[in-house]
Amino acid sequence: MTNSWTDIKNTDLVVIMGGNAAEAHPCGFKWVTEAKAKRGAKLIVVDPRFTRSASVADYYAPIRPGTDIAWLMGVIRWCIENDKVQWDYVKNYTNATYLVNEDFGWEDGLFTGYDPETRNYDQSSWEYQIGEDGFVRTDPTLQDPHCVWNLLKAHVDVYTPEFVENVCGTPKDRYLKICEMIGETSAPDKVMTSMYALGWTQHSKGSQNIRGMAMLQLLLGNIGLAGGGMNALRGHSNIQGLTDVGLMSNLIPGYLAIPRESETDYATYMSTRGNKPLFPNQMSYLQNYGKFMVSFMKAMWGDKATAENGWGYDWLPKLDIAQYDALRMFDMMANGQVNLYFCQGFNPLLAFPNRAKMTEAFGKLKLLVVMDPLETETAAFWENHGIYNDVDPAQIQTEVLELPTTCFAEDDGATVNSGRWLQWHWKGATPPGEAKTDTWIMANVFQRLRKLYAEEGGKAPEPILNLAWDYADPEEPTAEELARELNGRAIGPVHDPADPAKVLVEPGKQLSGFGQLRDDGSTMAGCWIYTGCWTEDGNMMARRDNSDPGDMGTFQNWSFSWPANRRVLYNRASCDLSGKPWDPTRKLIEWDGQKWAGFDVPDIAVTAKPGEVGPFIMTPEGTGRFFSRRLMRDGPFPSHMEPFESPVENPLNPAMRGNPVARMFEGDLAQLGDRSEFPFVATSYRLTEHFHYWTKHNRVNAVLQPEFFVEISEELAAERGIAKGDRVRVWSKRGQVWAKALVTRRIRPLICDGKPVHVVGIPIHWGFKGAARKGFGSNTLGPFVGDANIETPEFKAYLVNIERAEGEVMA
Amino acid sequence: MTTASEPTTAIANPPVEALESNLLPSDVVRISATRSPPQPDRQLTKVAKLIDVSKCIGCKACQSACIEWNDTHPELEANVGLYENPHDLTPEMYTLMRFTEYENPEGDFEWLIRKDGCMHCEDPGCLKACPAPGAIVQYSNGIVDFISENCIGCGYCVTGCPFNVPRIHKTAHVAKKCTLCSDRVAVGQGPACAKACPTQAIVFGTKEEMTAHAEERIADLKSRGYENAGLYDPPGVGGTHVMYVLHHADQPALYAGLPEDPKIAPVVEGWKGPAKTVGLAAIGLAAVGAALHGLFGRANVVEPSDETAAEKLVKSGTSGPGEGA
Repeated sequence: MTNSWTDIKNTDLVVIMGGNAAEAHPCGFKWVTEAKAKRGAKLIVVDPRFTRSASVADYYAPIRPGTDIAWLMGVIRWCIENDKVQWDYVKNYTNATYLVNEDFGWEDGLFTGYDPETRNYDQSSWEYQIGEDGFVRTDPTLQDPHCVWNLLKAHVDVYTPEFVENVCGTPKDRYLKICEMIGETSAPDKVMTSMYALGWTQHSKGSQNIRGMAMLQLLLGNIGLAGGGMNALRGHSNIQGLTDVGLMSNLIPGYLAIPRESETDYATYMSTRGNKPLFPNQMSYLQNYGKFMVSFMKAMWGDKATAENGWGYDWLPKLDIAQYDALRMFDMMANGQVNLYFCQGFNPLLAFPNRAKMTEAFGKLKLLVVMDPLETETAAFWENHGIYNDVDPAQIQTEVLELPTTCFAEDDGATVNSGRWLQWHWKGATPPGEAKTDTWIMANVFQRLRKLYAEEGGKAPEPILNLAWDYADPEEPTAEELARELNGRAIGPVHDPADPAKVLVEPGKQLSGFGQLRDDGSTMAGCWIYTGCWTEDGNMMARRDNSDPGDMGTFQNWSFSWPANRRVLYNRASCDLSGKPWDPTRKLIEWDGQKWAGFDVPDIAVTAKPGEVGPFIMTPEGTGRFFSRRLMRDGPFPSHMEPFESPVENPLNPAMRGNPVARMFEGDLAQLGDRSEFPFVATSYRLTEHFHYWTKHNRVNAVLQPEFFVEISEELAAERGIAKGDRVRVWSKRGQVWAKALVTRRIRPLICDGKPVHVVGIPIHWGFKGAARKGFGSNTLGPFVGDANIETPEFKAYLVNIERAEGEVMA
Repeated sequence: MTTASEPTTAIANPPVEALESNLLPSDVVRISATRSPPQPDRQLTKVAKLIDVSKCIGCKACQSACIEWNDTHPELEANVGLYENPHDLTPEMYTLMRFTEYENPEGDFEWLIRKDGCMHCEDPGCLKACPAPGAIVQYSNGIVDFISENCIGCGYCVTGCPFNVPRIHKTAHVAKKCTLCSDRVAVGQGPACAKACPTQAIVFGTKEEMTAHAEERIADLKSRGYENAGLYDPPGVGGTHVMYVLHHADQPALYAGLPEDPKIAPVVEGWKGPAKTVGLAAIGLAAVGAALHGLFGRANVVEPSDETAAEKLVKSGTSGPGEGA
């Protein structure tokens, strides 16, 4: 989230699209009801199904799964055409005025530089025009045909309301009504918030879905404002924290990059980082990258990391390819290239696509170690459970070790919520049986490994032998010790750069903010964005003062919010050029003539005068980007792409299948289904009654939603002769499941390209373990392809067939 | 003695410290099958639970909280093509989300979700129908409570209830329903369901406060185009201590058959009220009339023959709201 849960109460308009907050985030959804009750806010829901969120919405419109980009680009087009643009914001706080290389172009759904052989773009034309002074060239009059604004206008031109209706199946009148409601928030004193989740990420172009809305929010001037922003609702408790500390296979804590093989030393690694500003005086905060990186390596290797050895850079793993994401790992596993897999708090047999491939993959391991508080399906992938897990145990040689762990209520620690708040929690119960904390297990594995390396040696033993391990009990680092380490402390005296004689932090003291980090080895911090969470004043995450002086939901003394306890990112953009809030009733910060101050931590140097420094300090240009630069593999603008399995052709380019740069492994292409054989669109989702594959182990949750079902429209039910409560078979190119049929008017056929498109809704919560009835997950059916940028599987739009199942009764 | 503070609303978190009880046996104002009602020396403030259907997201946290607080054990049923689970109120499930798909005259689709359960009528038909002394009581704050140790499981309360709420436990042979968490209210807390509700669709407090809160909600709904938004507090049963804010208060039946104008069945009124001399045959219960006849002259004490008659009565009873929804 750019903002926080509590901030949603400040909005005028909530758009839930690509998510189902009432269903999947019912507790956070209370802030939507708060905004409705206290501010008279309106709620719009756009979803293939009329969801629980839709049940309390002011306005609902259906959309065909996988067509969000067309829908959003159409809204941008409508706003431009109807002058619903926050012009001061767009001209000053975005890159609208910047000039782009004249070679850049877009045709047939593709940008310049596409190579069909490598399924990759040469992005060299996707660049700004840089002047001789080294700064970006601009046209403040927006006349130049190569300025971002005119390129954007040209790019969205194809997305007329008729195009949107035809592609998305959203009736034009409903679409235009929503465009009008959204357009109203272009007024400086009106704000819209976007709440989304896996409904946008689980697509082969998920990142571009999100960019589409982010661009719309920039156009409306809604980023950085209270009640605005892009709000990703995280799907797991603490998945935000896991992402922060390096969940992605190409990242280390604090969103720093794992080096590539080609970056053979630290200087080479740094040469492409720490972006130089594209404007005079601009901040480009990542110029401090080296301070974060050196402090991280000092946290890893302590005294062993020195200036001479590049702070231990050689001991970091180096990537030979872009990333070893989960899809790639499971593909490698299926190819017999993985021997040992540690599966920690993860149930991939139900969570990752093409279950048959997953089962095959696990069967090729020598050893599978499962660390989990529950008996997971993954740990039991080798057990035969009839149709629910139809395997032959005699054919599987994988050894499986289950290590029972504690769950969140059985240990201390911080949980990071979607709004980036690190909230400390205290152990509420004693773990049952032999359950141990994950930390205890990992520490013990590490101690034994280190002993083996020390005694027997081995290839590259340094990363293991040199790892700093200064915990009171080496077999169980405490949550407090780890939190203090993530925060970081001074190793040597930390000097004031303005006055080198002055010592800001004495050695051994906890740091109070990442501004104190240094690249000279005098500081260490495990995760720079967390610096400030455990200072010399103690555990900031344990703070529970719910006073809120500005009544803006910023709760400065409740827990700790990264970065720097800031509750609304880019909050400098909540003020106009002179530093006054666009809307005085939504004041977060303002320029008082000397400094920035207010109810939130300013997202700008507190003494940076208005007009001198752009509000988006993490980019080298200081502005928000309509035209993205160097970060997106599939284009600087979002362009409509069909899902890999789609009921219709891409009208922009009928020959194009899915995302043209999404990775497809050998063998998986042949496992894609065709609309002639699989005429219906499947989409997966969660239900309020359950949390993933956990709560089916709980009797109460199991009672409230006991059995696997799929949802279909009355029209599809009639077409296939299916009645409410019938047992049905649903199958894709990759597998089949049996379920109960829930026939509903909440799903309607969508008319796309003149033909009805039927949607089959598939919830995810059942398996063959636990208290609920045995069932299936939607992953049995889903395709083994992910987002082109971050490889999130395309679970939200794929093709299936359905029929009434005779015979066998559900067990 | 000092009494605990009256329950405040669930909006303002009630205190978590243990408080002295403010709901005592001496606060009972009506007792089933008892001729002379008690005369408590104090009057508790009337309470109410307000369920704002327009804020409800159907998450079933209320059902979950109800199961946990009351330590009930509903059966693990099958999915029969519905969101309702369990499929109906049961002796182990005192509250239930009922889901109705509705297309309004403007052609817009609505998914109406109503939390069903005991309405805690000011004039409780169950209590009037109950032949077992002390099995059903009403406190001066309005809560209608079933006292299982006095219950004989005859099922008369089911017939007496205009909302089809009580359920007879098959093995314990007692009637069960929502108690409005009288045990929590007794120590200044709100009901478990209100506590668990993430959107404050369920709130609890004095009836006066809840009515005022409902007015605000109704004004908000009217501003959003729900012209017929209103409060459901049906006068036919003297008003209820569980009330609904409905977007379509003119059509309560839309919400899984919520009765338009609930009244205590004539058979029950005839039996207990001033018209008790009216022959049962005249009001359509000739078959059981003979068995019930003996009840008229005395307080309701049940003979084995009455049980048999009652079972027949229950079986022939009219189907109520929600069935088959």
